[in-house]
Formats: sequence, structure tokens, C-alpha cells
Amino acid sequence: MDAGFPETLWAQAQGLRSGAYSSVELTAHYLARIARLDPQFNAYITVCPDRARAQAVAADATRARGESGILTGIPYANKDIFCTRGVLTTCGSRMLANWAAPYDATVVARLGDAGMVMLGKTNMDEFAMGSSNETSYFGAVRNPWDTSRVPGGSSGGSAAAVAARLAPVATGSDTGGSIRQPAALCGISGLKPTYGRVSRWGMIAFASSLDQGGPMALTAQDLALMFNAMAGADPRDATSIARPPEDFSAALERPLAGLRLGMPAEYWDAAADPALQAGLLAALENFRALGASVREVSLPHAAVSIPAYYVVACAEASSNLSRYDGVRFGHRCAAPQDLADLYSRSRAEGFGDEVKRRILMGTYALSAGYYDAWYRKAQQLRRLIQQDFTAAFAGVDLLIGPTTPTTAFALGSKFEDPLTMYLADVYTTGVNLAGLPALSVPGGFINSLPFGVQLIGNYFSEATLLQAAHQYQSTTNWHLQRPAMAA
Amino acid sequence: MGWETVIGLEIHVQLATVSKIFSGAATRYGAQPNTQACAVDLGLPGVLPVLNARVVEMAITLGLALEARIAPVSFFARKNYFYPDLPKGYQISQYEDPIVEHGRLTIRLGDGRDKEIRIRRAHLEEDAGKSVHDAFPGATGIDLNRTGTPLLEVVSEPDLSSSQEAALFMRKMHALVRYLGICDGNMQEGSFRCDANVSVRRAGAAALGTRAEIKNINSFRYVEKAIDYEVERQIDLLENGGKVVQETRLYDSDKDETRSMRGKEDAHDYRYFPDPDLLPIIVTPAQIEALKRLLPELPGARAIRYCQEFGLAPADAEPLSQDRSLADYFEALAGSCGDPRQAANWLNGEVAATLNRQGTTIDLCPVPAASLGALLRRISDGTLSASLAKQVFEVMWTQRSEPDAVIEARNLRQVNDGDALLALVETVLAESPEQVAQYRAGKEKVFGYFVGQIMKRSQGRANPQQLADLLRTRLAPP
Repeated sequence: MDAGFPETLWAQAQGLRSGAYSSVELTAHYLARIARLDPQFNAYITVCPDRARAQAVAADATRARGESGILTGIPYANKDIFCTRGVLTTCGSRMLANWAAPYDATVVARLGDAGMVMLGKTNMDEFAMGSSNETSYFGAVRNPWDTSRVPGGSSGGSAAAVAARLAPVATGSDTGGSIRQPAALCGISGLKPTYGRVSRWGMIAFASSLDQGGPMALTAQDLALMFNAMAGADPRDATSIARPPEDFSAALERPLAGLRLGMPAEYWDAAADPALQAGLLAALENFRALGASVREVSLPHAAVSIPAYYVVACAEASSNLSRYDGVRFGHRCAAPQDLADLYSRSRAEGFGDEVKRRILMGTYALSAGYYDAWYRKAQQLRRLIQQDFTAAFAGVDLLIGPTTPTTAFALGSKFEDPLTMYLADVYTTGVNLAGLPALSVPGGFINSLPFGVQLIGNYFSEATLLQAAHQYQSTTNWHLQRPAMAA
Repeated sequence: MGWETVIGLEIHVQLATVSKIFSGAATRYGAQPNTQACAVDLGLPGVLPVLNARVVEMAITLGLALEARIAPVSFFARKNYFYPDLPKGYQISQYEDPIVEHGRLTIRLGDGRDKEIRIRRAHLEEDAGKSVHDAFPGATGIDLNRTGTPLLEVVSEPDLSSSQEAALFMRKMHALVRYLGICDGNMQEGSFRCDANVSVRRAGAAALGTRAEIKNINSFRYVEKAIDYEVERQIDLLENGGKVVQETRLYDSDKDETRSMRGKEDAHDYRYFPDPDLLPIIVTPAQIEALKRLLPELPGARAIRYCQEFGLAPADAEPLSQDRSLADYFEALAGSCGDPRQAANWLNGEVAATLNRQGTTIDLCPVPAASLGALLRRISDGTLSASLAKQVFEVMWTQRSEPDAVIEARNLRQVNDGDALLALVETVLAESPEQVAQYRAGKEKVFGYFVGQIMKRSQGRANPQQLADLLRTRLAPP
């Protein structure tokens, strides 16, 4: 990489420790790259040069006092869904285009406490609703591998920023695939943790029972290091789970001998692209060579995960987004005539089409007379999907399959056809419905576009997932490929 | 054929916690607008509710006192509707699975009979904020201090058959929640209010009539008046060939009438669904047992004990046992003076009258039970007559002093000395030959004149019983 800075968090941490460069220098390097390159990707909504420099100065001072940890002074990009005190936190929406959060999300506070430097806030689908990053009020993000294509979504800005080396690591949030799908489409690594591992306090809600924050990075090792700082119970999030502290990087170097991988038949279906099939089979060979055994398993209800997901997610969203009413914060229409006018115009102007579509679907699913047929039924399916996974994990340690059915698609190609767009989430939503951890790592390229390999684990098996991914990355170099445009 | 009234009450009990049900903000009443609303109460993007464990304990406590079933698992749901003083656009409440179900509360009717009123359920929820419509011209102010204040909504079965029964039930519940210490019971501040579901039907009819719901009644008097008005309105309507429509009505105490607020067709579809931000409330048998042990002796049991243990009449025991502070005071007083019946008489008489006159409650009584007990002992040992004791009590109240000090300082000791009394009697009789003659001639009313004269000369300190005996002896025909 230019100017002699390494690209991964791990390597940068070594350089900072040895004094090869300071956090101020590393941060300035990234700020300069963002200024030079981001106009062609639109990965950032807000860049925070002054704030970042101040944090870098503080990090260098911490190091000088001998109080630094491995993350001290490492820059990161923060998805604009995480509230950041005094900084615009838009969630990709016109509704919050003027809203500076008055408090820090727990994730932001924890990364700050670890000494990390926030470069800025990354672009995303509006309120995390989308699989292409085209629903952002701040314009679509472009895929660094091909700027005519989408980066995936909703954490498309974070994925593009890491892929384009506009940040070594980034935060993301995953409600139905929003970390894993853009990671796959941008050729990086992304971890969706077990539901409850990462505090949701200050992470603006889309669908509360599915939302989970997680790290995005070039390598599984970097995911582990960042996840160490992000995970942990939070008294301000009743759904966060108290667990004894764990070092997720401790087991990375352990060999995979004896690891049992399951191939869900429903994810490896014949309909998938033959090139993708071939790529995935090659990844399987890598895992076999590392000592893992592979067998077929079944997730019989996989086919209903998309409808169940869209009912549950939209129902929760329709309620979560009621607070954007133009009364206390966010967008308010000009000269409201009365209360109904204030509500309807503020919301009509503040929300984009996809958000409105999902609010309507969710409202419908919860309405009197429809609740049993939609919301209750979806919750029942959710339990069945969860039971499928539990049954599968009785015989295997991890599941392996594709992250997405295709590589990055062209901007605009699915935007007018939401149903086709929703199918981009076919392999990712089941994990969220079940609350399981999963990650996506680069598995190769098809027509010069990256695709992802998804690993799914049982509850709280992040350490095993990261170990498997790290071992895989120690025998492959797909994750080290850099888009030409990121030069 | 006559009409029958059917009433069910929904009572909103504001739980007396220090902080709110889902946030750390204070619940204190009367603060400057919006100074007790934190990020959670404001419903800012990204905030999450965390349940205040105290409210669960309080709900269980009331459930136990109502002999209800405590749900081992209950859930919070979101009730969705838009209103400016509802920041999140939904209220967190309990819907399908409330924490308390199937309880009962017995009321004593005017004729002395007891009637059991079934409690359908009691559920936890957060209060909304307040819209202030008259503070700003052309605009509505929003005060979110009340947002997130914990409420327990207690719903009765339609077992009440008159406005009087409804008021008795409301009073009984009011006394109970205060007794349990889970609500301050302040009705002016809205800490205890109710909605009344009222319908009428032909006497003996099996099916219920169409009901109207009267919202937000905040006094015992108004619940009676509002229901009376509503019952009359419905009967008038039906007798004139009209129909009662299901609707929500508001009671206007100035005009003493109920008015339609919104009809059934305007009813919201609240789209209830389980709140994904909150875990189910799990109540273990051990937790219920622990709270049961902490449960105070309840008013009914206490009244029965006062009758059995202290020999009080039910009419005396009842008022002493309804308020926990009063009952505690009574027991301390009975112990201190050694005579429970005397203690009961004083509390139900002089003390109740004084509290009432001063507009205060036993908690703020300036005379501690031990001091009042010392005073009552001075009656028993003859130092004071009942009327002298009342004088001493008055001084104790205003000066917060001990009875012996007052007796000493004001020289209020009763004159029990026979010789001294006899001397007084002799003096007065000697000075009133005319009256003596009248009395002896059969005009017995004059007796009071002698008592008055002697009391005057002794500054009211003469032992009234001894005095009467002496007078009678001396006035007897020679």
C-alpha cells in the first residue's frame, strides 16, 4: 500500500507498537485517501477529520504513557446507524439528515474506550432497509470492484470503505444479511454475531429482534480483534446477554482437524450459478485440506425464511419508525396546517419509498384481522427455522454455503423490482431469524467480481467461526486482493 | 319492569417508584416541564427500555393482596398509535399475557353485607406525557415529565351494580394500594384514577347491554355522579326507543354530565405485538414466596384481629385498620397506654377530628403514639379528666410537648383531693342559697349551675365524678 502503511488492523497494530508510525500519521493517511478516492465510491456520509485527528493525538498520548491496547490508535469507519455524540447520525435518511446524536452508542463508546479513531460515518441503505445501498438519501454507494455495480447493503458504505482501503475496519449492522451480503459483494470479511452479543443501545432500530451489530474487515483475524472490543453485555440493552469475557483471537491459530462442516442442501441448490457452485466447492476442498470433514445436512424450512423475515422485520420496523413524527427531532415539514398534516407530510417527505413500503407492509401484518395470518404465522415459522438449525448442529460444528446467490449486480438493475431484490437475502435471513452467529469471507472471483463463503455457527460459537475463517485465510489469498480503483 | 346497572372499573394505579418504569429519570410530580425526561423518555433514535424491577415486585404484591394468580411468564407489548405526547408512537403495555389475573376484592355494602368483586387482570404499562393546550396561543405544549411513569391498570369484572358500589370499590382499592405502599394515592396529581364501563339491562336479563366507557375519573364523588348521570342517560335513551352506542365518554364535573369523546368507528387499531426490546417477565415461586413474607397483615385480617384480640366493636376496628399508618399508630398507642379500647376511642374520636380539622393525616400527626399513650395513662390514673386531657392534647399538638410537662406548666392536674373539693362545694353552696332552695324544691336542672360554678373556680380541674358525688350528698335534704 502507498506511503508504507500496511492494510490490516493486525499489521497496523504492530507498526504502531514498534513506533514505525504514529496514529496521527496513520489517521492522516486514511483521511487523505478518503478525500482523494471516496468521491467515486460515496462510501462516507460524514467524514470527521478534526475529531479523528484529536482522537489520534489522544491515542498517541495513551501509547506514550504505556497504557495502549492492541486497538489504540487504529482508525475505523462507523456505519451511520450508530449514534455518535455531536456527530450527524443520519441512518441514511432525509428524516435524520439534520440530526446530531446527543449520545454515544455503546459500540461507539467501547471502540472509543479501546482507543480507536473514528474516521467518519459510512453510507447505508435508509434505516438499513435494502440490499444494494441504493435506498440511501445520500446517494448510492459504488462497488470498488466495479463502480457500475452495487456494493450490497445495507452496510454497503462500510463494506466499500474497507474494500477500497478507506478504513482498515468498519462497524456494520446485520438484520437480514446487512453485514455478510455487502462483505461478500465487496470481497471483504464480515461477522454477524449471536443475537445479544453486541449491545443495540444507540444502534438505530430497524427490526429489534433481528438487528445485531458486528465488525467488517479484510481478515478474520481483524474481525476477532475488533469484535473483542465490541462484544459484551450492556445494562442499557435488556436483550444483550451476559457471558464471561472471551478472547475471540485466542483460538485463531488452532488447527481445524476434526471440525465437522455441514452443507445445507437447500443452500447448495441446483439453481445456483455453476461458477458459484464451483467456487464454493473449491472452498470446501480448502477446508478438507485443513482437516475438516464435510457432510450434507438439511434445513427443511429454509425456503420460508424470506417471507417470514420480511413479515417480522417489517412489522417491527413499522412500530420502531413511528417515533419519526416531526414533533421532537428530525425532519419536519414546512408550515404544518394541523397535527395530521404535520405527521403525514413530515413522514412523506422524510422517508424514502423502500422505508414507506416496509412500514405499510408491517402495519398491514399487525392489523386487526391480519395479525394471525401474518405476524403470528411468521413467528411460528421463525421457531421452525430455528429448530432446523438446532437439529443440524446436533451433528456438525459449522454450516457452510454461499453468502449470496449472485455477485454484485448492476446499479439500478433491481431497484424497481423489490421482490427480486429481497431474494438477494435468501441465504442470510434464516440466521437472523434464529439469532445465530455467521460470517462471510471472500471465496474467490467470478468474472472479476468477488463472492463470499458463509459460515454459520451455533449460538455463541464466534470463536470457532473466526478460527475456521482465519485458518481458511491462511491457505487462501482471496481476502488480500485489492480492487484496482483502490490504488 | 325495572332496570339493572352493570359496571366494571379499570383503575390506573401509579406505582410509587423513585425512577420510571423503563428509564432512570425521576418520577417526582410537579417539576419544570421536560426536566425529568431522559433520552429514553424522549424516544430518541437508538434508545432502549430497561425494566425497573421494583414495578414487578409491586404488581406481585398487589396481586397477592387480591388473592390473584401471578403469571410465571408475562410479556410486554407495544400499543401503537400516534399522539404528540407519546414520543415513541407506541405505549409499552401488557396485552395478551398480564402479570396478574383472576383476583378478588371484597367490599362492605351500606347494609353491612359483604360483596366480592372479581378482578379480571392487572397489567403493567408506562404512562404517556401531557399535552398542555392552554399555555401557548395557537400551539400545544408537550411536557414529557410523566412519560414512562409506571402504572398498574387493575381491571374488574362487571360485578358492580350501582354507582355506590363502584365508589366503594374504588375507595377500597385506593386504601389497599396505599396500605401496601405501592401508590401514594394522590388523586389530584392523577396517581389514582379510573375508567368506568357502564351499561344497563332489563332486570333479570341474561345478556349485557351495550356499554359506554367513561374515561379518566379522578375522585370518589365523581365516579358516583358520572355513573348516575350515565345510567340515567342510557335508561332515558332505551325507554324512548333509542339505542346505546358503544363509545368513549368524558365526565364534565362542572356541568355534571358525560359527553361523547369518540365512537366505536373511531376506535384505533392499536396493532399490539410483543415488544422485542424487552424480555418476558419471569416470576419464580421463590420470588412470590419472598414477597408473600414481606406482605403486611392486610386490612381485613387486621380488623378481625382487633375485634378478637382487643375486644373492639367491628365499627371501631374497621376505620382503624384501613390505613396502614393509622393501624400501626393504633397498635403502638394501645401498647403504650395499655388500654386498646381507650386507644381506639381516642383515635376514632379526638385524634380523627383534629386530623380532619387540620386537613392532615396520621403520618403528619405532631403527637407521637408514645406521647399520646402517656396522656391516656394520665386519664387512667386520675391525674386528668377526659376534658382536661383534651386541653392537654391541644397543647401537645401545637407545641409538640409531652403531657406531664403540659400538666405541670399549666397546672392542669385534676383536683381529686376530697377535702379541697368539699371546701369548694361548701363555698359555692354558701354563696347560692337561692339555687340551693330551688334544687331542694325539685328543680334538678340547677345541679348544672353548681357544677359550672365549681369548675370555674377550679379552672376546670375538679374531678367531675367526685364533684358530682359530693354535691349530691351535700344537696340531699338535711
